Amino acid sequence: MIAELGHFSLVMALMMALIQAIFPLWGAHRGDYLWMSMAKPAARSQFLFLLTAFVCLATAFVTNDFSVLYVAEHSNSSLPLYYRITAVWGAHEGSMLLWAFILGLWTFAVTLFSRSLSEEMLARVLGVMALTSIGIELFILFTSNPFDRIMPAPLDGNDMNPLLQDFGMTIHPPMLYMGYVGLSVAFSFAIAALLGGSLDSAWARWSRPWTLVAWIFLTFGITLGSWWAYYELGWGGWWFWDPVENASFMPWLVATALLHSLAVTEKRGAFKAWTVLLALFAFSLSLLGTFLVRSGVLTSVHAFATDPTRGLFILVFLGVVVGGSLVLYAIRAPMVKDNARFDFVSKENLLLLNNILLVTASASILLGTLYPLVLDALGLGKISVGSPYFTAVFAPVMAPMFLLAGIAPMFAWRQADISSIFRRMWPVFVASWILGIGLVAVFFKADDIKAMAGLGMAIWLAAGASLSLYSRVSLRANVWEGLRSQSPSVYGMTFAHLGAAVFLVGAVLSNQYSVEKIVRLAPGESAEIGGYSFKFIGVNEVPGPNYRAKEGNFQVFKGDRQIAELKPQKRFYKVQRNTMTEAAIDPSLLRDLYVALGEPMDKGAWTVRVYVKPFIRWIWLGGLFMMAGGLCSVSDRRYRLASSVRRELVGSAEVAAKRA
Amino acid sequence: MTPRQRRMVLVGLILAGVAGAVFLALTAFQKNLLYFYTPSQVASGEAPKDYTFRVGGLVVKGSVKRSEGIAVRFDVTDGVATVPVVFTGILPDLFREGQGIISIGKMTGQGVFEASEVLAKHDENYMPPEVGDALKKSGQLPPEAYKDYQK
Repeated sequence: MIAELGHFSLVMALMMALIQAIFPLWGAHRGDYLWMSMAKPAARSQFLFLLTAFVCLATAFVTNDFSVLYVAEHSNSSLPLYYRITAVWGAHEGSMLLWAFILGLWTFAVTLFSRSLSEEMLARVLGVMALTSIGIELFILFTSNPFDRIMPAPLDGNDMNPLLQDFGMTIHPPMLYMGYVGLSVAFSFAIAALLGGSLDSAWARWSRPWTLVAWIFLTFGITLGSWWAYYELGWGGWWFWDPVENASFMPWLVATALLHSLAVTEKRGAFKAWTVLLALFAFSLSLLGTFLVRSGVLTSVHAFATDPTRGLFILVFLGVVVGGSLVLYAIRAPMVKDNARFDFVSKENLLLLNNILLVTASASILLGTLYPLVLDALGLGKISVGSPYFTAVFAPVMAPMFLLAGIAPMFAWRQADISSIFRRMWPVFVASWILGIGLVAVFFKADDIKAMAGLGMAIWLAAGASLSLYSRVSLRANVWEGLRSQSPSVYGMTFAHLGAAVFLVGAVLSNQYSVEKIVRLAPGESAEIGGYSFKFIGVNEVPGPNYRAKEGNFQVFKGDRQIAELKPQKRFYKVQRNTMTEAAIDPSLLRDLYVALGEPMDKGAWTVRVYVKPFIRWIWLGGLFMMAGGLCSVSDRRYRLASSVRRELVGSAEVAAKRA
Repeated sequence: MTPRQRRMVLVGLILAGVAGAVFLALTAFQKNLLYFYTPSQVASGEAPKDYTFRVGGLVVKGSVKRSEGIAVRFDVTDGVATVPVVFTGILPDLFREGQGIISIGKMTGQGVFEASEVLAKHDENYMPPEVGDALKKSGQLPPEAYKDYQK
């Protein structure tokens, strides 16, 4: 009964989406306010039906209703309640329902925070979002219905993939989807603006907070994914350039470019056409990511069962969205006039450079991700592009980007005084590099160019961000007043750039100085690594709710002092008959100690991975800093203030129109 | 700057960026493409010497042998030919005899494939597409064992 209710709600949501698309878009085209006014109620009821469908599926999981095929395949009565709920998005069908639900959530949010939008604009934005909803809901109903029944119902379910039975993995998909799908708001604003022909700085001001929030979620989702891969996959890496990781990273790069470009469009009215194009690209890459992950063309942890019809459906959908929006862009963009003037040496041009570098980075990742797929589809052989390709391309593109990011905040809009900036910044530049080189030489190795370059760059970036804040603050009478008078977006930028610097420190130092050793240890033996001694005590059996585990016991010594006790596990999941490695980690800001059990050998011995990873926490810390920066910027009152001013203007215009 | 000049600068910068990226990408491609070979191709000498590539197939039952240290030896087959593989390290959790795997590495002089990485999917019904195709080519794909391999 519950499953049928869910199925029915999904169909109803599709009906609402159809109403939400057809009437408002047609109404906006004809200038019919009655038709336009249907956008909001339709969008809200669509959300309500999606919520119902989602709750129904969750209920089926919680109550162990194994007559629902999807529940039977991905849950088990011995699975703890918490994981039974998160199992809803543990596989293909449910995660697509989550996608649709989150799109509904964003649509609902737009209806709530849209009072400053004109009636036409709101109708168009919601209409375009509805078109996306229709595509996804049709996809679910025709190819991936999570509410299908199975007759006769099995007594118990197949259990959840053990890899996903973990806290990080349960919130990673919703966060990532919030980011992916959130970019659809910026996309819809762009399409709506193209349709209405009103690409002004107000458009950029509306788009900006939405893009920021989506970017924050995307940053969080990617950071979580990287952290999870580090501790859960059992081999201690934090980024693998796996096609699916790339699929989330490409929209992030373009969304980052979009944030910077939106700033120019909002404040200076420049780059309008380019900004719109970025908004279209960002969401197109999100959809491409969905296609790559869900169609089964990839060999990856994320690719669930393959089904050609699903791949074809998403490919066609992708073609319609990308093709349609680009055609619209080609028709409308030439009408967009940039009237802002600025010098060659200006913040505008530096932000343009930032955009070009980010988009270039994204394009080279796209090439490396798609090339093997295209070659395979054409029957030209099976190749794969490994991480050496990506690091070889990515690093040289990012280096100038970080270099410029250190100095760009100092530049003024329109026309910057380059000689004064140069006079002020060159000592900082030299000092950053000396400090970077010195730190590496003293604490690590005296001749490691890569680490020195990386650390110097990170210090330069952090110094640039801090100094730009300082120079703004120092214009005021005293520090406190100076700090208070800055807008939140200034702090946002500073935090985000500091975050990039922190990330860079973590990435460089952990990549250069991780010590990794695979050893064979018998109980009582020790492994010496990176100044630490790991003593293997032994292995004993530990029961779990739906698995049984062999738990190793390691004591870590530095000199004579014991500093940690690590208990890695080798879990055997009874239902899926899968083995899983649970690494044990002693984390700290300066280094992680990492132990994972390999395989049992004779006489109680085990092969063991023992790692010491310096500064690896800084990678995810950097992600959190960037998020904090995004949150700061979003809290800027400018967005709300500007909207209320606008509302009054619109209001008085309406009054004037009525009088006339 | 006038809008026209600005557009020219924009176009110029984009072209320079794209050219630079293409150059980087192509040189990186040259060095880092990994080709896939089936055990039959390796046996007939089609696989390159002194060049890293991937080989995949089913792990022959009963072929996994451990030495005193952490090195492992096993055979990989596509039903027609087999390739002996040596790997020093810890095998993935889902490595099992009779299952499809992919390994990355080089041929040594003695006709042994020295793997630097062994990949097995985190799903026991899963068959790497390359391995599935290789088995299909040699007519050895057991349909009931790999229900998810559908092409």
